[in-house]
Amino acid sequence: MNDFTLSCPLPITNRKTIVLGHGSGGKLSAQLIRQMFLPAFDNPLLNRLDDQAVLAVGGARIAFTTDSYVVTPLFFPGGDIGRLAVHGTINDLAMSGAQPLALSAAFILEEGFEMEDLRRVVDSMAEAARAAGVPIATGDTKVVPRGAADRMFITTSGVGLVPEGVNISAANARPGDQILLSGSIADHGMAVMSKRENMEFEGALESDTAALHRLVADMIAAGEIHALRDPTRGGLGATLVEIAASARIGVEAESAAIPVHEPVRAACELLGLDPLFVANEGKLVAFVAPESAARVLAAMRANPLGREAARIGQAVEAHAGLVLLKTEIGGSRVLDLPFGEQLPRIC
Amino acid sequence: MCLAVPGKLTELYDAGGIAMARVDFGGVTREACLAYLPEAAIGDYVLVHAGFAITMVDQAEALQTLDDLRQLGELAGEEDSGPA
Amino acid sequence: MKYVDEFRNHALARSLFAEIRRAVTRPWVIMEICGGQTHSIVKYGLDQLLPPEIELAHGPGCPVCVTSLDLIDRAHAIARRPDVIFCSFGDMLRVPGSAGDLFQIKALGGDVRVVYSPLDCLKVARANPDKRVVFFAIGFETTAPANAMSVWQARALGIANYSALVSHVTVPPAMVAILESPTNRVQAFLGAGHVCAVMGWEEYEPLASRYRVPIVVTGFEPVDLLEGILAAVRQLESGRCEVENRYARAVRREGNLDAKRMVFRVFEPCDRAWRGIGVIPGSGYRLREEFAAFDAARIFDVGDIVSQEPAECISGLVLQGARRPLDCPAFGTRCTPETPLGATMVSGEGACAAYYNYGRRLSQ
Repeated sequence: MNDFTLSCPLPITNRKTIVLGHGSGGKLSAQLIRQMFLPAFDNPLLNRLDDQAVLAVGGARIAFTTDSYVVTPLFFPGGDIGRLAVHGTINDLAMSGAQPLALSAAFILEEGFEMEDLRRVVDSMAEAARAAGVPIATGDTKVVPRGAADRMFITTSGVGLVPEGVNISAANARPGDQILLSGSIADHGMAVMSKRENMEFEGALESDTAALHRLVADMIAAGEIHALRDPTRGGLGATLVEIAASARIGVEAESAAIPVHEPVRAACELLGLDPLFVANEGKLVAFVAPESAARVLAAMRANPLGREAARIGQAVEAHAGLVLLKTEIGGSRVLDLPFGEQLPRIC
Repeated sequence: MCLAVPGKLTELYDAGGIAMARVDFGGVTREACLAYLPEAAIGDYVLVHAGFAITMVDQAEALQTLDDLRQLGELAGEEDSGPA
Repeated sequence: MKYVDEFRNHALARSLFAEIRRAVTRPWVIMEICGGQTHSIVKYGLDQLLPPEIELAHGPGCPVCVTSLDLIDRAHAIARRPDVIFCSFGDMLRVPGSAGDLFQIKALGGDVRVVYSPLDCLKVARANPDKRVVFFAIGFETTAPANAMSVWQARALGIANYSALVSHVTVPPAMVAILESPTNRVQAFLGAGHVCAVMGWEEYEPLASRYRVPIVVTGFEPVDLLEGILAAVRQLESGRCEVENRYARAVRREGNLDAKRMVFRVFEPCDRAWRGIGVIPGSGYRLREEFAAFDAARIFDVGDIVSQEPAECISGLVLQGARRPLDCPAFGTRCTPETPLGATMVSGEGACAAYYNYGRRLSQ
């Protein structure tokens, strides 16, 4: 048989430098976390790899999370980096069922960044925080020399209180769970892409950035929720794969049941991107006990952020760890984490 | 290879001496070079690849094909043993 | 989306599957030439639903994975230069050369930019007069008109800091190479629909008669592919070997004459090395002499490129449809999209990558 080990090209995973793919939420990101951060920080809280850590304090459970925002461009249809930063961290808390209590905001500003743009972002954050009912209670500001940052980076951390009796974690998903999606996918990623240089296109594309904590509260009140996640980088596809791996269950989803808005679909077709792996910023996926599913779905649809909620599949015992998608013409394919960020293609 | 997407011409103009067009792909519009379809007019459908319209979509043909396919299904009596 | 959704219709697909089942009486090997068709087949799970008598062999229709290692190394050497802005379709960013890929070059400070249209490069060139803008002009005949126009326009508008590194490959010589191979098992072809939209199908008629193979011009959506497969099966079952057009809404016999005219004005045929297959005579395009000032291969002296070709992996056989990705012992283990050993794993369109990404690691 052929010997494949002679003079093969450099294996790209033994990298000496960070590449953009490490931040894209796909395989490279997962690898960086597994090989660099987990072994170093190693503790039971982190090892669960949920979007938030839940700490037992006295008789209560505190959810704690952090996220950084480096999006370009800073302002895009439907939002800006500030709104993302507030909503994103509130959502990470909400995904454990926690009621968000407060946020912190740390700014890294590039020398030369326009004061007017900073004001726009800050005002937007203030409005988002007020509307969500979550105060930005503390913060920090650093300025770095021109060129050391791309105008502005924001890191928000958040703390929340997990109500008693609520146990929501990716690992809790189990066979039989119904999978509910709160609305259309790929809105955010394509809205941002539409403003990228050399990719510009126009259309009714708007980021779906939104704070989901009230939707989550409605859902918890309506039924038994096992797992929640907001499909940000890596999209719905990556989220389903991660939950399947975390909970060691199989997932079966139906392509035809997943809502995608027309202009978003057209934009994806144009650039050869799969909406399943495009980022969302105002959506959630829930694994719900089958007896509760209908009630929870109704509660979602009654909430402004869940009007287009749909049942997209179920968790199964078979093919644990594998996500099977039934295609529009009745075939099936296995979903896997994308390698790095999806790139527009012509082939 | 050769990802080409159909879209409708909504605007024609000139840029840098070559024919360009605004194409609507179903809610999203982008510019495309029309130099290779000089006879194309507003309302026509074209296939766009790498920012260039490379061929017209013959709408009559498209509808004929779909019609023929539907009849195929009807003639066959739509047997129940179709896949999944 | 109009003229897309209708061709993804479940009911129409079901009728076609039924017709195919009715028509087939014995085993046939049909090859789809184009990587986009492979992608679609695997993405929708089409081949799993076809009757077992039909074997779909995946062809070398992936310009990304067949671009020779030598040319990729040359591209990377150019991209590393501090005076260069290197522009490329997204497809090429992750293709590994002998030492890394464009992503890594970008990480180390190279100015590498993704473009959607070659015309975007001209804008970049105008905005950066102190830099040299080089465009990686890859593709089959489908992309040649676009790439040609970028060079034509650069000359017309006097954009002297723009050049193209050309790596075009063409379909008919590749089909001949496959048909001439002593181990060839392919009995019919699904022609590459968008290549034919540009070039027409005239040039396939002598191939169909000389080699006695049906060639069915086919589109990319599931219904298009099934139509193409049905037509191929019917020809095979009745012993016919003609060129048939099953992508009538996009393809005419003579193709797009305006596009062809420009392609041959700017490019001329040449021999080209296909990664995993070797040199196929007359299977590429290069810039004509008069456009030498825009030819990156001539402008940039990148010194001696020593390309380390991987030891023989079976991608050459996969590209010819002689073996399947799952036949390869390294598939999914030592050879994955992260650590590709050969041509067919390097791009999303390659058969091995398509199989891997759409989950064909289960024994099926």
